[in-house]
Amino acid sequence: MTPMIDVTFQLITFFMFVLNFSEAEQDERIQLPSSQLAKPAEGVVEAPITMQLTADGGVLYAGEIIPVDEIGGSLQRERDIIVAADKDPKRATVIVRADGRANAGDVQRVIQICQELGFQQFALRALYKPD
Amino acid sequence: MIDVVFQLMIFFMLTFNIIAPEGDFDVRMPLGKSSAEPPDDLQLPPIQVRLAADDEGTLAGISMNGEPVLDFGDLRQRVASFVDVALESGASLEDVELEIDCDYELNYINIIDAITAVSGRLEDGQLIEMVKKISFVPLQRQP
Repeated sequence: MTPMIDVTFQLITFFMFVLNFSEAEQDERIQLPSSQLAKPAEGVVEAPITMQLTADGGVLYAGEIIPVDEIGGSLQRERDIIVAADKDPKRATVIVRADGRANAGDVQRVIQICQELGFQQFALRALYKPD
Repeated sequence: MIDVVFQLMIFFMLTFNIIAPEGDFDVRMPLGKSSAEPPDDLQLPPIQVRLAADDEGTLAGISMNGEPVLDFGDLRQRVASFVDVALESGASLEDVELEIDCDYELNYINIIDAITAVSGRLEDGQLIEMVKKISFVPLQRQP
Protein backbone atom coordinates (compact mmCIF):
# COMPACT_ATOMS: atom_id res chain seq x y z
CA MET A 1 0.00 0.00 0.00
CA THR A 2 2.69 2.48 1.01
CA PRO A 3 4.57 2.35 -2.32
CA MET A 4 1.25 2.98 -4.05
CA ILE A 5 0.63 6.12 -2.01
CA ASP A 6 4.19 7.27 -2.58
CA VAL A 7 3.84 6.97 -6.29
CA THR A 8 0.53 8.81 -6.25
CA PHE A 9 1.98 11.71 -4.30
CA GLN A 10 4.99 11.83 -6.56
CA LEU A 11 2.66 12.09 -9.50
CA ILE A 12 0.63 14.86 -7.92
CA THR A 13 3.83 16.74 -7.09
CA PHE A 14 5.08 16.32 -10.62
CA PHE A 15 1.90 17.65 -12.16
CA MET A 16 1.83 20.62 -9.85
CA PHE A 17 5.33 21.55 -10.89
CA VAL A 18 4.47 21.23 -14.51
CA LEU A 19 1.35 23.37 -14.11
CA ASN A 20 3.21 26.14 -12.33
CA PHE A 21 5.94 26.38 -14.90
CA SER A 22 3.74 26.36 -17.95
CA GLU A 23 1.88 29.38 -16.59
CA ALA A 24 1.88 31.92 -19.47
CA GLU A 25 5.04 33.66 -20.54
CA GLN A 26 6.38 34.29 -17.11
CA ASP A 27 9.80 35.73 -16.90
CA GLU A 28 11.64 36.42 -13.68
CA ARG A 29 13.13 39.55 -15.18
CA ILE A 30 9.74 41.18 -14.82
CA GLN A 31 8.10 41.75 -11.47
CA LEU A 32 4.51 42.57 -12.13
CA PRO A 33 2.72 45.02 -9.86
CA SER A 34 -0.08 43.44 -7.86
CA SER A 35 -3.67 44.48 -7.57
CA GLN A 36 -6.79 43.14 -5.91
CA LEU A 37 -9.00 43.90 -8.88
CA ALA A 38 -7.03 42.39 -11.74
CA LYS A 39 -9.46 40.05 -13.46
CA PRO A 40 -8.05 36.71 -14.53
CA ALA A 41 -8.55 36.49 -18.28
CA GLU A 42 -11.88 34.95 -19.26
CA GLY A 43 -11.60 32.45 -22.04
CA VAL A 44 -9.09 32.75 -24.81
CA VAL A 45 -7.77 36.16 -25.74
CA GLU A 46 -8.08 36.80 -29.44
CA ALA A 47 -4.76 37.22 -31.24
CA PRO A 48 -2.73 38.19 -28.20
CA ILE A 49 0.54 40.04 -28.51
CA THR A 50 2.55 40.26 -25.33
CA MET A 51 4.73 43.28 -24.73
CA GLN A 52 6.97 42.78 -21.74
CA LEU A 53 8.61 45.84 -20.29
CA THR A 54 11.57 45.54 -17.94
CA ALA A 55 12.34 47.90 -15.07
CA ASP A 56 15.03 49.75 -17.02
CA GLY A 57 12.83 50.53 -19.98
CA GLY A 58 13.56 47.76 -22.46
CA VAL A 59 11.06 45.53 -24.19
CA LEU A 60 11.56 41.78 -23.94
CA TYR A 61 10.72 40.42 -27.34
CA ALA A 62 11.66 36.99 -28.65
CA GLY A 63 14.12 36.52 -25.83
CA GLU A 64 15.97 39.76 -26.46
CA ILE A 65 15.79 43.16 -24.84
CA ILE A 66 15.01 45.87 -27.35
CA PRO A 67 14.86 49.61 -26.59
CA VAL A 68 11.30 50.96 -26.59
CA ASP A 69 11.88 53.15 -29.65
CA GLU A 70 12.89 50.21 -31.80
CA ILE A 71 9.94 47.92 -31.27
CA GLY A 72 8.03 49.37 -34.22
CA GLY A 73 9.59 46.88 -36.66
CA SER A 74 8.77 43.77 -34.66
CA LEU A 75 5.27 45.05 -33.97
CA GLN A 76 4.78 45.70 -37.66
CA ARG A 77 5.65 42.05 -38.29
CA GLU A 78 3.19 40.92 -35.64
CA ARG A 79 0.58 43.07 -37.31
CA ASP A 80 1.35 41.56 -40.71
CA ILE A 81 0.94 38.10 -39.24
CA ILE A 82 -2.42 39.04 -37.77
CA VAL A 83 -3.59 40.58 -41.03
CA ALA A 84 -2.34 37.53 -42.97
CA ALA A 85 -4.40 35.32 -40.66
CA ASP A 86 -7.47 37.32 -41.68
CA LYS A 87 -7.93 38.99 -38.36
CA ASP A 88 -8.46 42.62 -37.59
CA PRO A 89 -5.69 44.38 -35.63
CA LYS A 90 -8.43 46.44 -34.01
CA ARG A 91 -9.68 43.33 -32.27
CA ALA A 92 -6.31 41.93 -31.35
CA THR A 93 -5.32 42.36 -27.73
CA VAL A 94 -1.96 43.72 -26.72
CA ILE A 95 -1.07 42.32 -23.32
CA VAL A 96 1.19 44.72 -21.48
CA ARG A 97 3.30 42.99 -18.87
CA ALA A 98 5.32 45.78 -17.39
CA ASP A 99 7.55 45.69 -14.36
CA GLY A 100 6.22 47.69 -11.42
CA ARG A 101 9.37 49.80 -11.43
CA ALA A 102 9.28 50.67 -15.13
CA ASN A 103 8.63 54.27 -16.09
CA ALA A 104 4.98 54.99 -16.72
CA GLY A 105 6.12 57.06 -19.69
CA ASP A 106 7.77 54.06 -21.32
CA VAL A 107 4.58 52.04 -20.92
CA GLN A 108 2.68 54.88 -22.53
CA ARG A 109 5.13 55.00 -25.40
CA VAL A 110 4.72 51.28 -26.01
CA ILE A 111 0.95 51.76 -26.03
CA GLN A 112 1.29 54.74 -28.35
CA ILE A 113 3.40 52.79 -30.84
CA CYS A 114 0.81 50.01 -30.78
CA GLN A 115 -1.99 52.52 -31.33
CA GLU A 116 -0.22 53.97 -34.34
CA LEU A 117 -0.21 50.47 -35.84
CA GLY A 118 -3.94 50.18 -35.34
CA PHE A 119 -4.19 48.20 -32.13
CA GLN A 120 -6.95 49.29 -29.79
CA GLN A 121 -7.41 46.65 -27.14
CA PHE A 122 -4.95 46.63 -24.33
CA ALA A 123 -4.76 44.46 -21.27
CA LEU A 124 -2.58 45.77 -18.48
CA ARG A 125 -1.43 42.73 -16.62
CA ALA A 126 -0.97 42.54 -12.86
CA LEU A 127 -0.71 39.88 -10.23
CA TYR A 128 -4.01 39.14 -8.57
CA LYS A 129 -3.70 39.49 -4.81
CA PRO A 130 -6.95 39.47 -2.90
CA ASP A 131 -6.77 41.68 0.25
CA MET B 1 4.74 5.49 7.18
CA ILE B 2 7.44 8.12 7.51
CA ASP B 3 7.71 8.22 3.73
CA VAL B 4 4.08 9.08 3.46
CA VAL B 5 4.39 11.85 6.04
CA PHE B 6 7.32 13.35 4.16
CA GLN B 7 5.48 13.09 0.90
CA LEU B 8 2.54 14.87 2.48
CA MET B 9 4.82 17.60 3.76
CA ILE B 10 6.37 18.13 0.34
CA PHE B 11 2.94 18.15 -1.19
CA PHE B 12 1.64 20.85 1.12
CA MET B 13 4.79 22.93 0.88
CA LEU B 14 4.39 23.02 -2.87
CA THR B 15 0.69 23.82 -2.77
CA PHE B 16 1.23 26.83 -0.55
CA ASN B 17 3.90 28.07 -2.87
CA ILE B 18 1.70 28.59 -5.89
CA ILE B 19 2.45 31.74 -7.81
CA ALA B 20 -0.29 34.35 -7.59
CA PRO B 21 -2.46 34.17 -10.70
CA GLU B 22 -2.21 36.99 -13.19
CA GLY B 23 -5.10 39.19 -14.08
CA ASP B 24 -5.77 41.89 -16.61
CA PHE B 25 -7.19 45.36 -16.73
CA ASP B 26 -8.80 45.67 -20.10
CA VAL B 27 -8.43 49.11 -21.54
CA ARG B 28 -9.75 50.19 -24.91
CA MET B 29 -7.73 53.01 -26.34
CA PRO B 30 -8.25 53.96 -29.95
CA LEU B 31 -5.80 56.42 -31.42
CA GLY B 32 -6.51 60.10 -31.69
CA LYS B 33 -9.16 60.60 -29.08
CA SER B 34 -8.40 62.97 -26.30
CA SER B 35 -9.97 65.64 -24.19
CA ALA B 36 -8.98 68.18 -26.86
CA GLU B 37 -12.06 67.07 -28.74
CA PRO B 38 -15.11 69.11 -27.83
CA PRO B 39 -17.41 66.86 -25.79
CA ASP B 40 -20.93 66.17 -26.98
CA ASP B 41 -23.77 67.64 -25.02
CA LEU B 42 -24.67 64.26 -23.62
CA GLN B 43 -21.15 63.35 -22.74
CA LEU B 44 -19.78 63.90 -19.29
CA PRO B 45 -16.42 65.61 -19.09
CA PRO B 46 -13.77 63.02 -18.27
CA ILE B 47 -12.38 62.83 -14.76
CA GLN B 48 -8.82 64.05 -14.86
CA VAL B 49 -6.46 62.25 -12.57
CA ARG B 50 -2.98 63.65 -12.34
CA LEU B 51 -0.15 61.64 -10.83
CA ALA B 52 3.00 63.57 -10.09
CA ALA B 53 6.35 61.92 -9.53
CA ASP B 54 9.65 63.01 -8.05
CA ASP B 55 12.98 62.35 -9.74
CA GLU B 56 13.15 58.83 -8.33
CA GLY B 57 9.81 57.89 -9.82
CA THR B 58 7.98 57.64 -6.52
CA LEU B 59 4.55 59.12 -6.29
CA ALA B 60 4.71 62.73 -5.15
CA GLY B 61 1.09 63.78 -5.40
CA ILE B 62 -2.32 62.88 -6.73
CA SER B 63 -4.99 65.25 -7.87
CA MET B 64 -8.42 64.74 -9.33
CA ASN B 65 -9.94 67.44 -11.51
CA GLY B 66 -7.39 69.85 -10.10
CA GLU B 67 -8.11 69.14 -6.44
CA PRO B 68 -5.40 67.49 -4.37
CA VAL B 69 -6.16 63.97 -3.21
CA LEU B 70 -4.57 62.38 -0.15
CA ASP B 71 -4.02 58.83 -1.33
CA PHE B 72 -5.52 56.14 -3.52
CA GLY B 73 -8.20 55.36 -0.90
CA ASP B 74 -9.30 58.99 -0.99
CA LEU B 75 -9.22 58.91 -4.80
CA ARG B 76 -11.46 55.83 -4.77
CA GLN B 77 -14.01 57.59 -2.55
CA ARG B 78 -14.05 60.70 -4.70
CA VAL B 79 -14.45 58.70 -7.89
CA ALA B 80 -17.18 56.64 -6.19
CA SER B 81 -19.17 59.74 -5.30
CA PHE B 82 -18.61 61.17 -8.79
CA VAL B 83 -19.91 57.93 -10.31
CA ASP B 84 -22.90 57.89 -7.96
CA VAL B 85 -23.85 61.43 -8.95
CA ALA B 86 -23.46 60.53 -12.62
CA LEU B 87 -25.62 57.43 -12.24
CA GLU B 88 -28.33 59.38 -10.42
CA SER B 89 -28.46 61.90 -13.22
CA GLY B 90 -29.29 59.11 -15.65
CA ALA B 91 -25.90 58.43 -17.16
CA SER B 92 -24.62 54.88 -17.40
CA LEU B 93 -21.25 53.56 -16.32
CA GLU B 94 -20.18 53.52 -19.95
CA ASP B 95 -20.43 57.32 -20.06
CA VAL B 96 -17.97 57.92 -17.27
CA GLU B 97 -14.49 58.46 -18.61
CA LEU B 98 -11.27 58.96 -16.81
CA GLU B 99 -7.97 60.28 -18.03
CA ILE B 100 -4.70 59.56 -16.34
CA ASP B 101 -2.02 62.15 -16.71
CA CYS B 102 1.28 61.11 -15.22
CA ASP B 103 4.89 62.18 -15.15
CA TYR B 104 7.27 60.26 -17.37
CA GLU B 105 9.43 58.92 -14.56
CA LEU B 106 6.55 57.67 -12.43
CA ASN B 107 6.86 54.01 -11.48
CA TYR B 108 4.33 51.91 -13.36
CA ILE B 109 3.08 50.29 -10.15
CA ASN B 110 1.38 53.59 -9.30
CA ILE B 111 -0.56 53.45 -12.55
CA ILE B 112 -1.86 50.00 -11.63
CA ASP B 113 -2.71 51.27 -8.14
CA ALA B 114 -4.57 54.22 -9.64
CA ILE B 115 -6.48 52.00 -12.07
CA THR B 116 -7.30 49.64 -9.20
CA ALA B 117 -8.59 52.57 -7.17
CA VAL B 118 -10.87 53.92 -9.88
CA SER B 119 -12.08 50.80 -11.65
CA GLY B 120 -14.01 49.33 -8.77
CA ARG B 121 -14.49 48.90 -5.08
CA LEU B 122 -15.09 45.91 -2.90
CA GLU B 123 -18.01 46.01 -0.53
CA ASP B 124 -18.59 42.89 1.58
CA GLY B 125 -16.56 40.93 -0.90
CA GLN B 126 -18.71 42.11 -3.78
CA LEU B 127 -17.05 43.99 -6.58
CA ILE B 128 -18.84 47.17 -7.55
CA GLU B 129 -17.62 48.40 -10.88
CA MET B 130 -16.89 52.07 -11.31
CA VAL B 131 -15.00 53.61 -14.17
CA LYS B 132 -14.66 51.41 -17.24
CA LYS B 133 -13.22 53.83 -19.75
CA ILE B 134 -9.71 54.74 -18.86
CA SER B 135 -7.27 56.51 -21.12
CA PHE B 136 -3.91 58.18 -20.87
CA VAL B 137 -3.20 61.79 -21.64
CA PRO B 138 -0.67 61.78 -24.50
CA LEU B 139 2.89 62.35 -23.37
CA GLN B 140 3.96 65.93 -23.50
CA ARG B 141 7.56 65.49 -22.69
CA GLN B 142 10.20 63.06 -23.80
CA PRO B 143 12.88 62.05 -21.32
